Amino acid sequence: MSGKEDYSEIKVEQLARVEGEGGVWVKVKDGKIDYVEVNIFEPPRFFEAFLKGRSYLEAPDLTARICGICPLAYVMAASRAMEKILGIKASDAANKLRKIAFYGEWIESHVLHFAFLHAPDFLGKHSIFEIAKEYPQFVKDAIAARNWGNRAIEIIGGRPVHPVGFRVGGLHRIIRKRELEPLLRNFDEVKKIGKRLLEFVLKLPIPEISYDMVFMSLKGEKEYPILEGVVANNLGEEFPEDEFEEHTIVEQKRYSNALHYRLKNGKPYITGPLARFNLNYELLSPEVRDVLEEFGFKPPLRNTYQSIIARAAETYHAILEIGRLIEEYREPNRAYEEAEVKAGEAMAIVEAPRGMLYHRYRISDEGKILYANIVPPTAQNYAAMEEDILKVGDLILKQPKEKAQKLVETTIRNYDPCISCSVHMIRLKIIEE
Amino acid sequence: MSGENGKVRLAVFKLTSCSGCQQQIVDLGEQLLTLLDRVEVAYFLEASSDAKPGPYDVALIEGSVSTPHEEKLVKNIRENSKIVVSVGSCATYGGIQALRNWMKFEEVKKTVYEKPEWVEALEKSRPVSDFIKVDYAIGGCPANKLQLLSTLKQILIGRRIYHREESLCQECKRKGNVCVVVAKGEPCLGPIIKEGCGALCPSYRRGCYGCFGPMIDPKPNALARRFEDLGLSREETALRIRNITSWSEPVRRFLESYER
Ligand code: SF4
Ligand code: SF4
Ligand code: SF4
Repeated sequence: MSGKEDYSEIKVEQLARVEGEGGVWVKVKDGKIDYVEVNIFEPPRFFEAFLKGRSYLEAPDLTARICGICPLAYVMAASRAMEKILGIKASDAANKLRKIAFYGEWIESHVLHFAFLHAPDFLGKHSIFEIAKEYPQFVKDAIAARNWGNRAIEIIGGRPVHPVGFRVGGLHRIIRKRELEPLLRNFDEVKKIGKRLLEFVLKLPIPEISYDMVFMSLKGEKEYPILEGVVANNLGEEFPEDEFEEHTIVEQKRYSNALHYRLKNGKPYITGPLARFNLNYELLSPEVRDVLEEFGFKPPLRNTYQSIIARAAETYHAILEIGRLIEEYREPNRAYEEAEVKAGEAMAIVEAPRGMLYHRYRISDEGKILYANIVPPTAQNYAAMEEDILKVGDLILKQPKEKAQKLVETTIRNYDPCISCSVHMIRLKIIEE
Repeated sequence: MSGENGKVRLAVFKLTSCSGCQQQIVDLGEQLLTLLDRVEVAYFLEASSDAKPGPYDVALIEGSVSTPHEEKLVKNIRENSKIVVSVGSCATYGGIQALRNWMKFEEVKKTVYEKPEWVEALEKSRPVSDFIKVDYAIGGCPANKLQLLSTLKQILIGRRIYHREESLCQECKRKGNVCVVVAKGEPCLGPIIKEGCGALCPSYRRGCYGCFGPMIDPKPNALARRFEDLGLSREETALRIRNITSWSEPVRRFLESYER
C-alpha cells in the first residue's frame, strides 16, 4: 500500500476549518482502517421539547419543519400516529391524495440526490453544472422530473415545501379530480423521463463489491410501502410499527448531535431505498422490474453504492404510481374525518425518501401533546455508515489520497444523509497511528 | 461586480434550519442562471462541492443563529459580503426553533438528550439581524420563490426593493376567499401577518398560523381580543400567537406582556 506517503498529504489545516461542522474521521492502523467516526453536525433544534403542551392538531405542520426536503414524511407520520390515538382512519380518497403527494416528494428528493448530488461522484464531476455539458438530456430529464414531483405536492398541498393542505384525519379541503388532471396532461412523456433516468443510472460505473448488511424497512402487503406496513428485515424478523423501540437501541455520541440507533443485538442496520428495494422488490411496478432485469439487476443489491439504482427505480415507480392513483381517485364527500379528542398514545412509521421515519406521541384528554419521540432515518443510518467505511476499508486504502477521500465521501453520500450534510459536512480526516 | 467576467458573486449559507429555503433557491437555480446570466455561484455547498472563498457580492443566509459557531460564522459572512440577505423565517425571525426560547433551556436539553452537557448550543435561537447588519430580509417558512427572485433581481439592478407588507387579510380578500373566522369561527393569524404566500391557508379553509412573520405595525392586542371573543382562553390565545415567527420583535413584545 502506498498509503503512508499519500495520506500525509492531506492538508489538516484546511480540514481544521471545517471541524466545527463535523466530518468523517478515519483512523488507519497497520494498513487497515481501525476506527471510523461519522460526525454530521446539525445544530440541535429540540422539536420534542417544544411540541410539549401544544395541540395534537399542530404536530404535522410543526414537525414538517424538521426537514425541508421531506416535510411530507413528517406530516404523514404525525397525522397517522394521531389518527391511531383518536381511533380514526383517513378515507380511501384522502389516502390516495396523501400517496400522490408523498410519491411526489420521493421523486423530488430522490432526483435531487441521485442526479444532483450522487451522480457527479460516479462521473468524476463536482456538480450537476459540470454534468450538464456532457449529458444535457440527463440533466434536462432530472429537472423535469423534479418539477413534476413538486407540482404533484403543490396541487394537493398548496406548495412543495411545507405544504398546508394536510391535517390529522385527511385534508383541509376536498381536492377535485380536475385539479389533478394537469399532472396527466403529458404523462407519456413523464413516464419516458422516468425510464430514461433509470437507464442512465444503470449504466453508471458503480463499484461491484458485496458484503453482508442488515436492511430494515416497512414491508408492503399489496403495494410498495410508503404510508404504512409492517417492519421487516433480512434476518427474517417482522414486527408491527408499535414495537420499533423494543427492537432497537439508541445511544448518544459525544461527537454528534444526532442520536445513533442499532438493532437490539447491537448490529447496525440500513434503512432507506436500498432496504425497501431489497425487501419489497416484487411490489415494484412490472415496468420498473423489466428495465432492471434487462440490465441484469436482481435483488438483493449488495452494496450501498448501488443505492443510486434503488433511488432511480423508486423514482420511475413513483411516477407510475401517481398515474395509477389519479386514475383511481374519486372525490370524497368530506375532506377529513373528525373525532372526539381523547387521551392516548400511539406510534407510526412511514417511509420517508431516506427511510423509516418513526413518530410516537402521547396526548392528554384535552388533546395536548404530553410526550413526543421522533426518529428520523438518518439517525438510524449513522451506525451503518461507520461500519460501511470499515467494510470497504480495503477498497478505500488501495487508492491514492484524493481518491480515498472521494470514496469515503461517496460512501457517506450513499445514505443520502440529510441534504445540508451531504456535501459540505463531509470532510475526511485520516489519522495514521 | 467582483466575480469572473464582472459577474455577481453569490454565496448561500446554511445555519440552523431545515434546508427548505435552500430548496427554494435550488428550484430557482435555472431561472436565476438563465434569466440573469450575470451570477457566479461562488459558494453553495448544497449544489456544488466546488466552494470558493470570499469576498462575495451577495450572501444569502438560511437559518437562525443558535450555536457559538454560527455566531462567529455570521460575523465572518458580514465581513466578506457586500450585501447580506436573510432568507426565510429562521434567518429573519429565529424560526420555529425559537419556540424553545420560551422554555427553560436546561429542561429543553434534557427532554431530547440523555447527556445534555454534550450539546453545544446557545440558550436562544435568534435572527441573523441580532448579530450583524442585514440588508434585505425575506420572511416565510419557506421563503416565497418569487419574492426571492424579485429581491435578487432588484439587487442586481441596484434598486431598492419594496415588498408589500400589508396584512394577509388584504391578500386573502383580493383572492376572494371566505374568511375562516367569519365562516367557521376558526382563529386566524392573518390580521397581523404580512402578505406574500398567496393567502394559502385560508384558501384551504384553515386559519393562518403565521409562517411569513408580522406585517408592518401589527396589532396583536386586538387580535388576541378577537381570539378571546371566539372562546379561546388566554393560554390558548397565547399558544396560537406563539408560533413559527414568535421571536419576531412585535410578536415577542406582545407575548411578554400578554403572558405576564
Ligand atoms: S424558514 Fe422554514 S423552510 Fe426556511 S429553513 Fe427555516 S424552517 Fe426551513
Ligand atoms: S381568513 Fe384570515 S387572512 Fe383571510 S380575511 Fe379572515 S382573518 Fe384575514
Ligand atoms: S396563510 Fe399563514 S401560515 Fe399559511 S402559508 Fe400563508 S403565512 Fe404561512
